[in-house]
Amino acid sequence: MRQFFAWLFLIVLMVFLVIGGFEMVHPFGEPPSTMDQYMIDNAQEETGSNNVVGAVVFDYRGFDTLGEATVLFAAVTGVLLVLRAGEKKEET
Amino acid sequence: MSKIVRTVANQLMLFVLVFGLYVIIHGHVTPGGGFQGGAVIASGVVVLIVAFGSGHIKNSLRERRLSVVESSGALLFILVAFAGIGTVFFYNFLVGSQIFGGIPPTGSNPGDVWTGGVIPLMNLGVGLKVTAGLSAAVLALALFSSGEEMEE
Repeated sequence: MRQFFAWLFLIVLMVFLVIGGFEMVHPFGEPPSTMDQYMIDNAQEETGSNNVVGAVVFDYRGFDTLGEATVLFAAVTGVLLVLRAGEKKEET
Repeated sequence: MSKIVRTVANQLMLFVLVFGLYVIIHGHVTPGGGFQGGAVIASGVVVLIVAFGSGHIKNSLRERRLSVVESSGALLFILVAFAGIGTVFFYNFLVGSQIFGGIPPTGSNPGDVWTGGVIPLMNLGVGLKVTAGLSAAVLALALFSSGEEMEE
């Protein structure tokens, strides 16, 4: 009996989740936000940069670029740490 | 490699450097930017390593200098980002001022280097960082595979 109610609860929960998920799916072909059009229209005026991709990377989404630079820094640090032998230990 | 390859690589490195610096400095006008230009210059370093051998290149590219250049590039990037903290982190405070302050007209236009606010400075910082970082990584890998070690 207890297992039956557990399965019933699970099925009802799954039905609600699936129906809710299909309800909230965005209509096909519509842009999910108007942010891209805003950037295309205003990037040259606001950042003074002709290259809108550069404006997005270094101005609107600068924090993301900081993370990318950190990833590169960590990668180079790891390569140099692993591959450079440094001071060799004396073998006794 | 043979003398022909070494001579051609020697001459080619100048053009690679010029093209990489062009991509970095014009990052806010034409496609490209700091990452791409730095990768171009690092590929020139790869050509030199292939032509001359990693043991010969490690005498002129020291690890200490490369790490100083890389850290100064990262520091320039973060300092420029912090300079606009009066409004918000990564605020483009130089637009409309005397330094890189030009504002191009909206739409297609020929482009001007003296525009973009802080974006050219950030491109320069990221370009220095990527150039030095990728060169150091490639040189360390080449030295490791040839059984030598990197010099301080």
